[in-house]
Amino acid sequence: MAKVLMKGNEAIAEAAVRAGGLCYFCYPITPQSEVAEYLSRRMPEVGGTFLQGESEVAVSNMLYGAAGAGVRAWSTSSSPGISLMMEALSYIAASELPTVVVNIVRTGPGLGGILPSQGDYLQAVKGGGHGDYRCLVYAPSSVQEAVELMPLAFDRADRYRNPVIVLGDGMIGQMMEPVEFREHEFPPLPPKDWATDGCKGRKPNIVNSLYLDPVKEEELNQRLAAKYERMKQNEVMYEEYMTDRPYEVLLVAYGTTARVCKTAIKKLAEDRIGAALLRPITLFPFPSARLYELAKPVKFLMSVEMSCGQMVEDVELGVRCEKPVYFYGRQGGLVPTPEEVVDQVKKRLGKGA
Amino acid sequence: MQTEVVFAGFGGQGVMLAGMVLAETGMNLDKEVVWLPSYGPEMRGGTANCTVIIADEPIASPIILHPRDAAVMNRPSLEKFCPSLRPGGFAVVNKSLIPVDPEREDITVVNVEANKIAIEAGSGKAANMVMLGAYVGATEVVPFDALVETAKKVLQKKPKLVPVNMKCLDQGYGIGQAARA
Amino acid sequence: METIFKRPEALAAAPTHYCPGCTHGIVHRMIAECLDELGLRERAVGIAPVGCSVLAYNYFNFDFQQASHGRAPAVATGIKRGRPEMIVFTYQGDGDLASIGMAEIVHAANRGEKFTVVFINNAIYGMTGGQMAPTTMPGQVTTTSPFGRDVAQVGYPVRMCELLAALKTQGFIERVAVHSPKYIIRAKKALKKAFQYQADNKCFSFVECLSTCPTNWGMTPLAALDWLEKNMVPYYPVQNFKDLVEQGGGDAD
Repeated sequence: MAKVLMKGNEAIAEAAVRAGGLCYFCYPITPQSEVAEYLSRRMPEVGGTFLQGESEVAVSNMLYGAAGAGVRAWSTSSSPGISLMMEALSYIAASELPTVVVNIVRTGPGLGGILPSQGDYLQAVKGGGHGDYRCLVYAPSSVQEAVELMPLAFDRADRYRNPVIVLGDGMIGQMMEPVEFREHEFPPLPPKDWATDGCKGRKPNIVNSLYLDPVKEEELNQRLAAKYERMKQNEVMYEEYMTDRPYEVLLVAYGTTARVCKTAIKKLAEDRIGAALLRPITLFPFPSARLYELAKPVKFLMSVEMSCGQMVEDVELGVRCEKPVYFYGRQGGLVPTPEEVVDQVKKRLGKGA
Repeated sequence: MQTEVVFAGFGGQGVMLAGMVLAETGMNLDKEVVWLPSYGPEMRGGTANCTVIIADEPIASPIILHPRDAAVMNRPSLEKFCPSLRPGGFAVVNKSLIPVDPEREDITVVNVEANKIAIEAGSGKAANMVMLGAYVGATEVVPFDALVETAKKVLQKKPKLVPVNMKCLDQGYGIGQAARA
Repeated sequence: METIFKRPEALAAAPTHYCPGCTHGIVHRMIAECLDELGLRERAVGIAPVGCSVLAYNYFNFDFQQASHGRAPAVATGIKRGRPEMIVFTYQGDGDLASIGMAEIVHAANRGEKFTVVFINNAIYGMTGGQMAPTTMPGQVTTTSPFGRDVAQVGYPVRMCELLAALKTQGFIERVAVHSPKYIIRAKKALKKAFQYQADNKCFSFVECLSTCPTNWGMTPLAALDWLEKNMVPYYPVQNFKDLVEQGGGDAD
């Protein structure tokens, strides 16, 4: 299929439809409302379900209901809306239901602003809602990658029976890039024999997260923990940039800031400074093992983010605190520029800016 | 080779569409492209701008602090963007609405009476296409026939608008070419 | 030998945890009977709330989901929109539905979601230990209104049927009571009609059941039945509030 020029938000919507994400609930919030606008027209064409709910609280519980009934249901929102979904996501994780939630992150805390941010990193990768759970988190760095990750997100949600978060930012959502929709093949999924889709010919199925018996609750907690360990073993994704040549600095960045870092690395090379990039594509699980390997030759690592350094602790853990980990970031919707990253690296190398 | 251009103006002047046509033309030529808008309340009638990047290699940072070129349709846009252009770049300036000139000696300035030309062509709303034509005429960042083909495709849902838009593209292109010479 | 009374197939063979004299059991049984009589059990999905009936999924013999506090109508919306062939009902108490879940119930009703809501109004929070509910009667003593509900401070009890009936969208909205056989017979009829309407894909259906909570009211079960009759029935009229109603089309009333 030929390439088409699409806004990230619309491309995410189309990719989800093609991945069989035919049940979509939403509540408008900038900068992701184009997903809902696109699907309000697209879902009727493909016989899917589109519903604008009364709040993100309701929307996330609609996800719970539909996912519990065995339907591939998903939603999109942006930071404040995602906060409102956290309770239901905790229930969804606890009830072991599959769903995909896309967060086109805006600035915060509070109402914040509508510009791009990476300030929801901790919320996304460390659980976010109450209780002992994790979400599988994908962070696309281009519109094309967002399109590739959507089918994977749906597949993994079903395979692990766990919520999957696609963590974009305002830039990924609003930017237009050429995209190509490719066919994706996945191994067959197990039947959803746990779904509440009618008890004809079987015992009733119950979707539930209430465990009054501590032994039963602990069983659930340990089953979930084992699931997250399996994710760590099998689902880590990352991209390396310029790691095939000598480097003394390792930048770590995801999403939009990773692209900024690539330009910065090219500029540094012009000044004969060897820098490389590790770009986590999965934020949970974090590519810790590879980070440790890649950090061996470097003087220091630098985490570059559109936040106040939320990923730094994962980088420090990844390198087991054996090397200095510096941070450079911008906040408030400002995006670090390649020039700023170059200056920061030079400063830390003692080479002046 | 990477070219960056900011299209900027009031909301409603069609700068987003102009950028989109350019980006899509680049895509149709198998180039790497990014179209990055300013978004939010700015869409509703304030100032609007979009950045278009066209490159031969994959585009790393979509955020360009110092674009090479700009096409500015109102005075605030000129004041905002022209000082940050890289030396050797191009500034297409809508003289219908901007009484001043960029205070730069190191860039090529293309003056276009975009609104006047568009009104004479049949629709003031097509001033954006005059700007786009002039930009491509001056920079040859994409071949003009590829631009025309894409513009026709983009506008096909409103066939009535095609002739006037084509006329505007064409006239703008002529002015751009003349400035190049 | 002819069987004249047996457990409905849609009811599980499980002892409930409800207090002596609690009317949840009556309503559970009526729901099960309705689903059996209408042949809907194998398509049924119930939604249990947070509250005393949180464990309702143990007492029925068909699929169930347990919802977070107040969100059962959103969960039901998700199921019904995703799988319209299911017969979906929420089972919610007054704190769940009329307090924390007010937005969800109003919007589900307004969208005309084609599921059934069974609303248990016993004028108090049961599971958390007898706190004031949105439906607590004026002057009624609870653990958080020790001097009686003061309407000057917290307003009057919310009449959900009346509130929902004000919406333009078609619906079946009826208040019933379960404190005497006469009322229970009427309640069963209303519940059955609600499920029938859903099976016919007609409209949103809502049945409010005036119920007792002897434990948290601090009364014997018999005194509780009497208290309901004397205090709740006058304030909460037991009647039908809406039965589809003609859609006027373009009228702007």
